[in-house]
Amino acid sequence: MDPVLSSVRLTVREAVHTLSSSEDGGCIFSTLEFLKRYLGETENPALPAEQEEFARLHFSALLRCLVSKLSPDWLGLLPDGQLEELWASFFLEGPADQAFLVLMEALEDTPGPSFRLMKMARLLARFLKAGRMAAVMEGQCRQQAELAFPLLQEALLVRVVGLPDRLANCLQHENLAEFFPQRYYPLLGEEAVRVLQAVVDSLRGGLDCSVSFVSQVVGKACVYGRQKEILGVLVPRLTALTRGSCLWQRVCWRLVECVPDRAMEAVLTGLVETAPGPHTLSRLLGNLVLKSKKARFVMTQKLLFLQYRHSTPALQSLLGYLAVDSQRRPLLVQALKELMETWGSSSAIRHAPLDQQRYVSRAVLICLAHLADAELQDSRDELLASLMAGVKCRLDSSLPAVRRLGMIVAEVASARIHPEGPPLKFQYEEDELSCELLALAAPQPAADSPSEAGSPVTPDAAETPDKQTEEGGVLQVRPQGSDSELDSDDEFVPYDMSGDQELKSGKAPMYVRDCVEALTTSEDWERWEAALRALEGLVFRNPAATREVSVELAQVLLLLEEKTSVAGFEGLRQRALVAVTATAPAPVAEYLTSQFYAVNYSLRQRMDILDVLALAAQELSRPGRLGSTSPCGSPGPTCPPSCARAPTWRAVVDERIRRKTRRFSQGPPRKGLAGSPNEFNAVAGYFFFPLIQGFDRPLVTFDLLGDDQLVLGRLAHTLGALMYLAVNTTVAVSMGKALLEFVWALRFHGDAYVRRGLLSAVSSVLLSVPAERLLEDLPDELLEARAWLAAPGTIATRRRKARKLSTGRRSQADVWTRWCSHAWDGRPPGPERAGRRPRLCCLHSPEGLRAQLEVPPGPLGTAPTTAP
Amino acid sequence: MAAPPDPQFVLRGTQSAVHALHFCGGAQGREHQRLLSGSLSGLVHIWSLQTRRAIATLDGHGGQCVIWLQTLPQGPQLLSQGRDLKLCLWDLAEGRNAVVDSVDLESVGFCRGSILARGQQRWMLAVPGRGSDEIQILEMPSKTSVCTLKPEADAKPGMPMCLELRQTDSSPRPRLLAGYEDGSVALWDVSERKVCSRIACHTEPVMGLDFDSQKARGVSGSAEKALAVWSLDEQQALQVRGTHQLTNPGISDVKIRPDRKLLATAGWDHRVRVFHWRTMKPLAVLAFHSAAVHCVAFAADGLLAAGSKDRRISVWSLYPPS
Repeated sequence: MDPVLSSVRLTVREAVHTLSSSEDGGCIFSTLEFLKRYLGETENPALPAEQEEFARLHFSALLRCLVSKLSPDWLGLLPDGQLEELWASFFLEGPADQAFLVLMEALEDTPGPSFRLMKMARLLARFLKAGRMAAVMEGQCRQQAELAFPLLQEALLVRVVGLPDRLANCLQHENLAEFFPQRYYPLLGEEAVRVLQAVVDSLRGGLDCSVSFVSQVVGKACVYGRQKEILGVLVPRLTALTRGSCLWQRVCWRLVECVPDRAMEAVLTGLVETAPGPHTLSRLLGNLVLKSKKARFVMTQKLLFLQYRHSTPALQSLLGYLAVDSQRRPLLVQALKELMETWGSSSAIRHAPLDQQRYVSRAVLICLAHLADAELQDSRDELLASLMAGVKCRLDSSLPAVRRLGMIVAEVASARIHPEGPPLKFQYEEDELSCELLALAAPQPAADSPSEAGSPVTPDAAETPDKQTEEGGVLQVRPQGSDSELDSDDEFVPYDMSGDQELKSGKAPMYVRDCVEALTTSEDWERWEAALRALEGLVFRNPAATREVSVELAQVLLLLEEKTSVAGFEGLRQRALVAVTATAPAPVAEYLTSQFYAVNYSLRQRMDILDVLALAAQELSRPGRLGSTSPCGSPGPTCPPSCARAPTWRAVVDERIRRKTRRFSQGPPRKGLAGSPNEFNAVAGYFFFPLIQGFDRPLVTFDLLGDDQLVLGRLAHTLGALMYLAVNTTVAVSMGKALLEFVWALRFHGDAYVRRGLLSAVSSVLLSVPAERLLEDLPDELLEARAWLAAPGTIATRRRKARKLSTGRRSQADVWTRWCSHAWDGRPPGPERAGRRPRLCCLHSPEGLRAQLEVPPGPLGTAPTTAP
Repeated sequence: MAAPPDPQFVLRGTQSAVHALHFCGGAQGREHQRLLSGSLSGLVHIWSLQTRRAIATLDGHGGQCVIWLQTLPQGPQLLSQGRDLKLCLWDLAEGRNAVVDSVDLESVGFCRGSILARGQQRWMLAVPGRGSDEIQILEMPSKTSVCTLKPEADAKPGMPMCLELRQTDSSPRPRLLAGYEDGSVALWDVSERKVCSRIACHTEPVMGLDFDSQKARGVSGSAEKALAVWSLDEQQALQVRGTHQLTNPGISDVKIRPDRKLLATAGWDHRVRVFHWRTMKPLAVLAFHSAAVHCVAFAADGLLAAGSKDRRISVWSLYPPS
């Protein structure tokens, strides 16, 4: 045996013996001082061969011995903490990987909160603070691949990355702030950069090095979900360092390449999200997507099609990265094709969540902005086919958001894919989404590349490309703003000028018949418009005159076309129709319902009919409707002004009394609401039954069970609304029966909007039909409905609602279930509450339904049975 | 943004539509300030702005509409133009109200006259002349005809609709701005009897114009839906500076406030519009009247009066001059 080596072993063995047995502080101190020779850095260090032997074989054993001796008494053998300092120096100055492993091992083995545990935790904190983690990783990087000991490396890796978790387990509540993930992972990032710096330096010096351990560390940290912490530090540093240095770029590419496959997705996702722009991303990744299959799958499939949580800037970085390099551009074209295919697939439109559709649309637009016309021309037919299919499906959809998305993407994409054709132009209102999408479609400013190209010269001044474009945008805006600033230097503040409307000549008809005449025959458009505007007020003021011409008037209004662009035409027409229907409910409702299933109407008109019927029913069932005058009728010559003024006068007096009166009773003041008959009672049948009868008989132009599912959805909502408004009427039971049958027939409809309408219909049946009648008269229908709702549905909403309905019948405070429970118990709900009539906030949306349901539905003191 | 302002007060009692307004006597203080109004029934009312009552009524136009009122700078003398083809000079000193002189006019149009004081006792008067497109210049009080301004034969601008006599600081020669029926504004050099410059700034007849000599900028309103702002350059050439679109067509009168900060227009749409004169930024739309507004007038202290077909005169205090 080599004498040198055996001497080392002898010395160490003696020292360990001294340490474990001696109680003499001085002796221990001198032994340790002697051993420090093997760590170098003293006046007379040991021979290099001895040092190496010591580090390789004996260091861990010595450290373990030192750890085992750690106790207050032992440290107190010498004053002033000399011994402790010397003890710690072995861990901080010796080979870092062994020290780290021994420390972690000791920490995990030491039970409970104790002196030794805390001492070691503090030592570990010092170890981290002194930057020894870099030494740990660097040690692994310097080792030649064949010398590396895989098990040891694995153990090291697990401990380096999992340090916060392990320490938290050991220390529980005593954990130090240094070990919190929020602080540890950024530190790890810093250390990784230092390691890479060392690697770059040694590569410059001609030494071979490997970054795979750092890659593994980064990868594992990302898999642990710490992308933000570690990459938040790494990426900005690497961005700065790779700028203008080929070596750094190569090291960086290598770093990403060496990430194990299972961590690739986490790392790439983190990088895409953290990188400030496509050029930076390109510098950090290089042509990774071409080299690594896994990376290509993540970048071109997973991030685009399987996930949709990423922000728009991340998406821009990702697709921009594909577009930056000519070798990667085929991937971009391929991605666009696949995106368009997804975008155009009808099944995706029906089943994918709206957020994902938006995400895909964004991606499509970004791709289009990146690709040149020539590249698009090659696959034009394919793209156009998918586009057209997607647009068609989207425009057919009954969800407005989907339709809008289709319109926006269709406009932009057709302009790019088929530039020579006539431009598509849809009418949609501008909103946040459309602005965002249109901004995405605008080609990226060319300023990106020069700024990138120029950056190596002035690395400090160069910003990330995204920020530069943002600043550019701000600069462009500023000159426009400055003009108005110059203007506003005077002291004259304008008054409100919103009342400055166009002047209408005073040609408004005074009689309902005049209105009808003006609307049908008048060629004088001012008169026509004035008649339309005046109609609602006139109808409310002259109910008798209106009844004489009600059907004729309804016909005129239903067929009225907007010949001149009258502001608010739709609203005016609808309000007038509602007024007519509310004034003469039976004949007009009969007429409208018959026209709903007539041949020559547009879908728009049919939906108008539904809206009008529902609004008129609401108006009819409004409590106190007879007492108050019409909401918008201005006092005209036929109506003395005093009758319109009276309620406001009363309100003012009541308010004054309320303010000046002190009440001694508890609780809110109870208001007696005047009872009045529910006018809807007498006519509900005219509204409801004709509508529900003909839905399954297709016409040439109108097929509710076929293409016109939007109208079917509206019909379901309207029927639900009518049912809800018919609460406490005598026909409610037969209406409920018919409605449940209608629901039963359509329960497996493919369109979500229709199903939502059906749910609203079922809920309004439960709300409106008295509980005892519900169980007595329609038990079969009810059971069927329950079976449908409780069945395991495929659509999340249905399941959710069904669960609400079926599980918490008695317990939940939910209105839904409360009503269910009333229905099942056969207990009449709260007779003490009076005077609330249902109010529809919005007839055709789930929000509206929810709003309805939130209204505590008390039975009416004004119901026909109890009415005066 | 503040709600539209209300009038400071409203003068009622003219019994017929108000067609002319004029402030006078503001220099001696509010108690001496008077508002003169001319009505469709041919009466001129003199209103005290302190008591807000009519203190005198002048009847000199035989029941015909009074379309123009102007006081002379040298004394309490009032000039009123009526559609009875007479222009009366009233003496208002010491409570008198008698016609001291009258000029017979020869035009039946609606064109208001204009005066230019040229000395202590002499002044110049511009009125529409005998021919339908002529303008007559008279030397007053002698009533001698100085000249007749007749457009060139091929110009055919139609009738003059509004006149504005001016003498700029730069040149002693009197100039006359005239708005014509064809929507053009012409600048006449009175002594040379020729048109210096002419611009077509409207497509409808020019109903009113006002000129700011300090900024060499003027504004005109017409029967159409726009105001035109034009300027006069060193070479005495008119140039259109811009047009300002209005909500409703028809402007019957425009006036610039004496401190040249505000511009007020009288609209056929029952509204008075107030603009910042330098920038033409709209400041207020005064919707008080229920019929077309015929005339607006500014007092020296910034008070704004508007007379309307609804027989009321509204008085507003907007952006008081500091």
